Amino acid sequence: MLAYIIRRLLYAIPILIGVNLLTFALFFVVNTPDDMARMQLGVKRVTPEAIEKWKAERGYDRPLVWNSAAAGGAKLTETILFSKSVRMFVGDFGRADDGRDIAREIGDRMGPSLAIAVPTFVLGLFVAISFALLLVFFRATALDISGVVLCVAMMSISGLFYIIGGQWLVSKVWHLVPISGYSGGFDAAKFVILPVIIGVIGGIGASTRWYRTIFLEEISRDYVRTARAKGLPERVVLFRHVLRNALIPILTGVVVVIPTLFMGSLLTESFFGIPGLGSYTIDAINAQDFAVVRSMVFIGSVLYILGLLLTDISYTLADPRVRLQ
Amino acid sequence: MSILEVRDMAIHIREARPVDGVSFDIAAGECFTLLGESGCGKSMTALGLMRLLPAAAQVASGSVSFEGTDLLALPESGMRDIRGGGIGMIFQEPATSLNPVLTVGRQIGEALELHAGLRGAAARARAAELLDLVGIPDPLRRLDEFPFQLSGGLRQRVMIACALAGSPRLLIADEPTTALDVTIQAQVLDLLDELRRKQDMALLLITHDLGVVARMADRIGVMYAGQLVEEAPRAQFFTQPAHPYSVRLFAALPDAERRGGRLATIPGSVPAAEVRHAGCRFADRCSEVMPECRNAPPPWREIAGGQRVRCVLPGAAPAVAAGVGAGDTAAHAETRPLLSVRDLQVHFPIRRGLLQRAVGAVRAVDGMSLQLLPGRTLALVGESGCGKTTAGKAMLQLIRPTAGSVQLDGVELTTRSTHELRPLRAKMQMVFQDPFASLNPRLRIGDIIAEGMQALGTGGMGDSGGVGSDRDTAAKVGPLLEQVGLRADMVSRYPHEFSGGQRQRIAIARALAVHPQLLICDEPTSALDVSVQAQILNLLSDLQRELKLAYLFITHNIAVVDYLAHEVAVMYLGRVVEYGSADEVLRSPRHPYTKALLAAVPRVDGAKSEVPKLAGDMPSPAKPPSGCHFHPRCPLADAACRLSYPGETRFGATQVVRCFKA
Amino acid sequence: MIQPVLLWSDALLFVLIAAIVALVFWARRQDALRAAWGRVLKDGMAMAAATVLAVFVLIGLLDSLHYRARLPAQPGAAARYAVEVLSALDALLSDLRQRSEKTYSAPLATHLFAREALENSTQREFPRLKHGGAHLGADLSNHEFDIAVRVSRGCAGGLLVWLLLVSAWCRWRGVAVVEMLKVGACRPAVSTHPGFRFAAGERNPQQTESGTAIRPVFLTLLPILLLFGIAIAVGGGYHVFGTDKVGQDVLYLSLKSIRTGLLIGTLTTLVMLPLAVLLGILAGYVGGWVDDLIQYLYTTLSSIPGVLLIAAAVLMMQVVIDTHPEWFATSAERADARLLALCLILGMTSWTGVARLLRGETLKLRELEFVQAAQAFGVGRFAIMRRHILPNLMHIVLIALVMDFSGLVLAEAVLSYVGVGVDPTTISFGTMINTARMELAREPMVWWSLAAAFSFMFALVLAANLFADAVRDAFDPRASA
Repeated sequence: MLAYIIRRLLYAIPILIGVNLLTFALFFVVNTPDDMARMQLGVKRVTPEAIEKWKAERGYDRPLVWNSAAAGGAKLTETILFSKSVRMFVGDFGRADDGRDIAREIGDRMGPSLAIAVPTFVLGLFVAISFALLLVFFRATALDISGVVLCVAMMSISGLFYIIGGQWLVSKVWHLVPISGYSGGFDAAKFVILPVIIGVIGGIGASTRWYRTIFLEEISRDYVRTARAKGLPERVVLFRHVLRNALIPILTGVVVVIPTLFMGSLLTESFFGIPGLGSYTIDAINAQDFAVVRSMVFIGSVLYILGLLLTDISYTLADPRVRLQ
Repeated sequence: MSILEVRDMAIHIREARPVDGVSFDIAAGECFTLLGESGCGKSMTALGLMRLLPAAAQVASGSVSFEGTDLLALPESGMRDIRGGGIGMIFQEPATSLNPVLTVGRQIGEALELHAGLRGAAARARAAELLDLVGIPDPLRRLDEFPFQLSGGLRQRVMIACALAGSPRLLIADEPTTALDVTIQAQVLDLLDELRRKQDMALLLITHDLGVVARMADRIGVMYAGQLVEEAPRAQFFTQPAHPYSVRLFAALPDAERRGGRLATIPGSVPAAEVRHAGCRFADRCSEVMPECRNAPPPWREIAGGQRVRCVLPGAAPAVAAGVGAGDTAAHAETRPLLSVRDLQVHFPIRRGLLQRAVGAVRAVDGMSLQLLPGRTLALVGESGCGKTTAGKAMLQLIRPTAGSVQLDGVELTTRSTHELRPLRAKMQMVFQDPFASLNPRLRIGDIIAEGMQALGTGGMGDSGGVGSDRDTAAKVGPLLEQVGLRADMVSRYPHEFSGGQRQRIAIARALAVHPQLLICDEPTSALDVSVQAQILNLLSDLQRELKLAYLFITHNIAVVDYLAHEVAVMYLGRVVEYGSADEVLRSPRHPYTKALLAAVPRVDGAKSEVPKLAGDMPSPAKPPSGCHFHPRCPLADAACRLSYPGETRFGATQVVRCFKA
Repeated sequence: MIQPVLLWSDALLFVLIAAIVALVFWARRQDALRAAWGRVLKDGMAMAAATVLAVFVLIGLLDSLHYRARLPAQPGAAARYAVEVLSALDALLSDLRQRSEKTYSAPLATHLFAREALENSTQREFPRLKHGGAHLGADLSNHEFDIAVRVSRGCAGGLLVWLLLVSAWCRWRGVAVVEMLKVGACRPAVSTHPGFRFAAGERNPQQTESGTAIRPVFLTLLPILLLFGIAIAVGGGYHVFGTDKVGQDVLYLSLKSIRTGLLIGTLTTLVMLPLAVLLGILAGYVGGWVDDLIQYLYTTLSSIPGVLLIAAAVLMMQVVIDTHPEWFATSAERADARLLALCLILGMTSWTGVARLLRGETLKLRELEFVQAAQAFGVGRFAIMRRHILPNLMHIVLIALVMDFSGLVLAEAVLSYVGVGVDPTTISFGTMINTARMELAREPMVWWSLAAAFSFMFALVLAANLFADAVRDAFDPRASA
């Protein structure tokens, strides 16, 4: 078990290196820093001096992978690859275009992101599983059929609609909560509640349908028939036997996203003016701040790989067949 | 006094009538078996009694009365008390019928809580008692284990313990031993029989196996196409079966007496459940059919001694096998072996730890040697997991052996590259076990059969292949289909249009297309019903006679071996423990394992052998026992057996045994 | 007269159509596939969804026939063509396209949405629209009556066309009209929709006996034709969905958005399919270091959060396009290149899921006996992959194709909102929503652009989802067992 986890951890290293090289290639090789400078400063009538200044300010004036001008080990370290990509492994993300330290900014913005993402995730999971269990309990009845139709309809609606519609109805028509904004402490509740509810509603269609399929697949297995042959009531069959087994595939799909909750939600945060990582990313994309986008790509994949690792571990915990072999 | 009365039960799945008017009684403490081939509605009947039918199926008419209560009229909550409490049920697949994530103790405990009101320590103590009762050693430890930690036989015992938890008066066992090996089957059947007597519990046993029926039944009901066609006490049924269908079931059984001859087959197959019948359901397949059989369903007719039959014939004529046995005619003229295997080993590494180093190996095949002469049949016999299928594939080089030599017609195969092997592949072919997985569902029959010819270039004139060979190939497919008993115009159909037996014929035609000398048959009939099995066995022996084929016949079915093998090799845990002519090995077995294996086979005449039944399960090939692999289960084992693996001892002309005690 | 223009996306779309037609012919010869499609054809819900989809596809195809109009010829000079690239749909909707107002106006309005200072007055008033309700003249008292008349005229027209279609079909098939529409002749499959897979079998016998579920098709066509009739009748005099900030008709914009949505939904999956299929099968069948390498590749790619990878790639692509303006002759070509690049990027980031699925399935297939039988004949690796593995994976590929479609249509809107979607000049649901969003704060709200975009998108995605469900259930081997 321990050896297994260590092996998974070791396996993550080449993947992180791959991600790092990929982002490096994407940001510095496909387009040279000169291209980026020209784009940022305006394509036409830009002087070579301005470009050099722009690059020097951001540390893009070094060679890409090999600095023949430098001495010794600096041949490798005094390069864009090392200073901009490899340094990310130790949490050095450099500075954004507005001069702020990206690592610090990320630390500050994690809180608000989590304040939205965690309740959305927990509540969404709970609601969707309960709803799916309800449908499965009443399977093949009108309730089940209309439930599935509702799910399909709900997942056919754009996420933007839920946000825009929710904001309009709850904040503008009913004036229940502020339309956007954020504050620390307990005051946060009034800013958080609407995005959370909208997030849950927006995700409920797809996940309920998925859980229902898993439950139905599980319910057609032989051991369920055995349980019924023992005389167990349907409720017990569903909660003791089916739910336990269905949790295994559900876990694999769900655990992987937990670490990425740190990243926040792009749409929700930007619509509700939450100063989290999601809106940070969107602002960076709109401002074409490559340093921030690059950092977020790297952090996102680190968190995803962490999620894969957590999935493996939770899987071994949930399934005795994996745990005990 | 009957405990269960079923009257005219009919089960409908939309248009289909899988059960169509079934009536029978079971007396307290009695063992009643429902006998029939797949698709005749036996399992559906049992699920109907328990009201556990799948959602699409429903009991359309009839009544089921258990101890005077009408089960079909009970509310669902009342029915739950009957399930597990009055009637227990166990199923065919012990591997999937237990919940994989709950401990054994928990699964027995929930039945105890429900029907005996036991909880906590009392429930645990009772569960351990039940495990002990069903013969599971070290029950307290087993209570905390999960089903995947148990072997198939132990799992089935746990299933039985679960069913016994509510002290049912009737136990329904739906093919309880079909998924088990023959030695384990013997253990479980003994257990069921003993429990029935001890607990005075009635048993409704559902099976397709006449041997199991002979071993267990008090009374027998034969099911055909959704109806009972004959009901009889055991003695009468086995001495004088009355229905033509029953008679033919017996005649289709392979055994030594029919050796070299042909088995009786039943033409056609069981009609689909959607078919409506005006007359007798068996009429289309019956050789003694009369005009009145087709007009109205035949009424029940009482014969003496509680036997009754649904047939108008006063007494069914014994089935005549087409062509009487010609005896063992295969010539011994040639002595140069076609296939010669020496010290064959196939090991699969077990990787563990941080660096995934091989820490051990599953010794699936661990040094086996055998020889097969042209035109002869060698049966490779053993229980599941003994490595016989792996050995077959390793001989074909489908799995590359770890060590040892395989020579085909004097040519060494193991040292050849995949490319160099290709010209030799025409000489040896394989017929697989599962007729449904062995044909590509996306290809037409013609393309399936032509594949080998095209790949090996044997379709055209000589080995040239090249232009025009496609047409030649197509021209050869038709005759091949006719050779295996199908029609030539079936070439453009897809596999799903064929039944299991027909698919197996297609698989045989595919192998024959490249004119092999050796056919490795991996359990080719184990997925088929007994009447269809007879057809395939007949076909195989015809082909051997016509084409002088050599067969390596991999099987666990001793009756089939007895019917068709010239030589027999018995495998245990990757090695051949006994080898010899069929007569030697099957009539005068020397190895204790062979003896136990033969004794475990339930016999149709109901005779019991005095050889002690094997205890326990086969050990894992990943860590075989020291010394003789068989010693932990061997009644004769002593210190020498634990120390070293016995060498070969020769008896008679050909018999070779690896046992110190032989 | 005109100069046809073949944009890259048009070409790909036509290739796609040709491929589908070829596939249909191939599938007709394949028993199992024919049976599966037969199940889809018998499914009422699927056929209704397919009808809606077909209407969308028709509009999208019309919008893909591009041309440049010839400018009024000057004597003696060579023919010159307009810079603007138009499509057949633009030609059909030239009224809608050209009758633009000054700025926002509500649906069916006769006046602009905001007050303006009029030229000859000191008061700020709602100016009259140039086109909306212009035929009414000064007398606006019968505005509502006029709309009612137009609606009923439209309904009548729609109904007439529908009846013509129905009777034409019935005449062709030799069925009485009443018979065809009778309940039970071919039951609508609400209760038997395979999305609700209950027990062993769920389709009623009436359906298995009858052929294609044609009744749902006509029942779906009826409301569609009625809506078309109304849109044509009312749209002749008013802006049915109002106008947007620069006065463009919102109905026109919505119809133009369909092509973008369809392209993103289909081309994306097609771009990635060959790669996903190839790598998935190779990884599963060949195993060893090939498997390790391919697995490494897709784990790495999939570990980068999708939106961020797309954002990064799109940003980079934007730099490339912006720094090479000389590559594109017209702005339409530029927008088209960006659309294609977006499809490519979306495809590159999403092939991993399908590849993983196919790898797993190949691993299972590899162990099946028919593959071993082929190995026993010495059939080569690639021949086995082509003959035995690939055909048995096609249903998964198809399911992936239809299941991804709706997700991609929805994703386009989100990406355009984030700013990494299609070119701002490309009309799409995303750009419509994005521009309309700015006006949300306005009092009273400008809601019609959003409403139109969301309802069109909902109809398209819902139809696609329902159809995808039916296809999945028909092709899933577990369902057909």
